[in-house]
Amino acid sequence: MNDIINIIQDNWELLLVGQYPHGPIGGLAVTLFLSLVGIVLAFPLGVVLALCRLSPFRFLSWPATAIVYVVRGVPLIMFIFWTYFIVPQILGRPVAGITTMLVTLVIYQSAYLAEIVRAGMQGLPFGQTEAARAIGLSYMQTTFKVLLPQAIYNMVPAIISQFVSSIKDTALGYVISVNELTFAASQINANLLTMPFQVYILLASIYFVICALLTQLARYLERRIALRRAGKAGASAAVASAMQQANV
Amino acid sequence: MTIQLDFSLFTQPEFLGQVGKGLLGTLELAALAFALAIAMAVLIAVMRMSNSKACQAVAAAYVEYHQNVPLLVHIFLWYFGVAALLPAGVQQWINAHNSEFIFAFIGIGLCLGAYMSEDLRGGIRSIPTSQLEASRALGLSYLQAFRLVILPQAVRVSMPAIINHTVLLFKNTSLAMTVGAVELTYVTKEVESQTFRTFEIYLASTVMYLGLSLLLMWFGAVIENRIRIRNR
Repeated sequence: MNDIINIIQDNWELLLVGQYPHGPIGGLAVTLFLSLVGIVLAFPLGVVLALCRLSPFRFLSWPATAIVYVVRGVPLIMFIFWTYFIVPQILGRPVAGITTMLVTLVIYQSAYLAEIVRAGMQGLPFGQTEAARAIGLSYMQTTFKVLLPQAIYNMVPAIISQFVSSIKDTALGYVISVNELTFAASQINANLLTMPFQVYILLASIYFVICALLTQLARYLERRIALRRAGKAGASAAVASAMQQANV
Repeated sequence: MTIQLDFSLFTQPEFLGQVGKGLLGTLELAALAFALAIAMAVLIAVMRMSNSKACQAVAAAYVEYHQNVPLLVHIFLWYFGVAALLPAGVQQWINAHNSEFIFAFIGIGLCLGAYMSEDLRGGIRSIPTSQLEASRALGLSYLQAFRLVILPQAVRVSMPAIINHTVLLFKNTSLAMTVGAVELTYVTKEVESQTFRTFEIYLASTVMYLGLSLLLMWFGAVIENRIRIRNR
């Protein structure tokens, strides 16, 4: 335990922001930046993919389905290497590792977000679409003013879970030497040499604290949303079922 | 951007053998990790559903820890961290027996086991408690009731989620390359650095991963269909 505290005292700056004032930014700051920006950029793409998958037109739904299956079937590490080789080819100049990682995360997360959005849209009663169309809204209006707002509200917990998994995915930036948290820890380990267990258990704890807090937030919101949704049907029954869920 | 594709390297037995070895490593790693994950999943799920508070707490902590830390960090912790804590004799034995492979297998198996135990628990929770009560009233022991009555039904409910996580497990065996276990991604990088035929070799292994993942998804769907109880 003493060793771990020593490691924190000596290296907290490296773990938190890398060599920032004197060098490139890194550590936890980059991990959070990558995952946050990644999910924010991936979200609109995910919505488009989901709408394409739900579309009755095959020229939209088939490519979208193919993209989702390819992403689900190929390891993230393979995607990272593909981006690592292809993006510089397209741009005709070398690209920073952090950009490579961001591009990969956006592609990867958008496919998973698309599945979440699709599930949310399909979870809505079909009467919503019928009613919206009956009062004269166009397809676009129905989708963006009626269906999506409800679907996204219901999907907030799932989106937070996806954010957690994107934080965990950034650890793979290590393989292309992106200066994020795992990379920082491996540097510390390489400097110390004698305390690998202490360094990596510390690394695991940092990830654990952040991700567990977010997971708790997702669970809390899930319960709240379930309560609100069921509110009109019978608040007492909903409270009972939510409390049952909370207890188990 | 024009790329000249040249797949002739796959006709050279040297590289073909390397890729084959990698593919075999990936399959071996996936199979072993899957076995460990399923065993852990059943154990943890049963512990979590038991009446003992201590068992519940241990199982919950196990699941939380494994779900909230990246798999890569688990593998590092096992390969670099835990390995250093082992007594010298054990270390020597493991180093002589492909330690990269062993620790990657442990890390992946334990981590995905946590996810699968949650799938299983979801399935178990969907079975009404009266089933357990009825089995107990009929004179089955707690474990018997679980094995003969609850689990067979729970497995059917949780099958889709377990299949999803099996595909994830298969994909994540690629992380073993970071500690140097010989599997498909590792071999791909190796062949790439020897031949510089980047696109060809990455295309080949991507297709292999995708093909095997789709095969797993299809196989899962078949099993799901086979074990479904009809007319209910």
